[in-house]
Amino acid sequence: MSLYKVLDISGSGMTAQSVRMNTTASNIANANSVSSSIDQTYRGRHPVFAAELSQARRQQDESTTVKVLGIVESDAPLNVEYAPNHPLADENGYIYKPNINIMEEMANMISASRSYDTNVQTADAAKQMLMRTLQLGQGQ
Amino acid sequence: MAISFEKAFGMHPEAMLVRERRAQILSENIANADTPGYKAKDLDFQQALANAQSRQAKPMARTHDKHFNISIEVRQEEKFRNPDQPDTGDGNSVDIHRERNAFLQNSLEYQASMSFLNSRISGLKKAITGGQ
Repeated sequence: MSLYKVLDISGSGMTAQSVRMNTTASNIANANSVSSSIDQTYRGRHPVFAAELSQARRQQDESTTVKVLGIVESDAPLNVEYAPNHPLADENGYIYKPNINIMEEMANMISASRSYDTNVQTADAAKQMLMRTLQLGQGQ
Repeated sequence: MAISFEKAFGMHPEAMLVRERRAQILSENIANADTPGYKAKDLDFQQALANAQSRQAKPMARTHDKHFNISIEVRQEEKFRNPDQPDTGDGNSVDIHRERNAFLQNSLEYQASMSFLNSRISGLKKAITGGQ
């Protein structure tokens, strides 16, 4: 039954989108985490998605699920600010802020949540199709 | 008139198999909507139905007892979709709205086949029990 696989596939999509949501939440929460050196500053994190062709036992049962390859840290330059009065300022009077753009992260969050919704709806539709099939021929 | 169970359901059982397969492919597209480099696929329904009806599985010749019994399923029906717009930068060709609508349409068509089968089955039941 291909319909059972729809549930697996949508599930993998939901997992991937929730990882994305997770990193976005972490980025937004840490957007204002100031530090006094470049090495200690939080950097934006983003997941990398890849299509995974899972070959099952029979050749016809191949399905393409989503796989999260890993989470990468953004290479964008950090925001350096001159604030000699800040308690975390280094000897030259600079503080370092994460390389996170809040607007970008908000857009990312909306996109992730929409994609998650779509996967939930797909799984729900597949569930209805399965339920109807199980009830086939039971009516009068 | 004899009741033929072979012909009672027509092409609907095969059609439902193809619809199931199409639901799987469309859900793959939806799940991979944000995957870089993923190309949207769809089923050529006519071809798929013809293959399902003729059950085109080509078994390999076995010239020895210990050879595996392998059959190759012919799958020309799966095709890549033509994107509506040029590449958006990450090589992904999924148009999420189109896929959602195709999925919706596919599940409605599946349910149409299902209600046809349901009424066929209840008709047969009535014929068997004599309407009692």
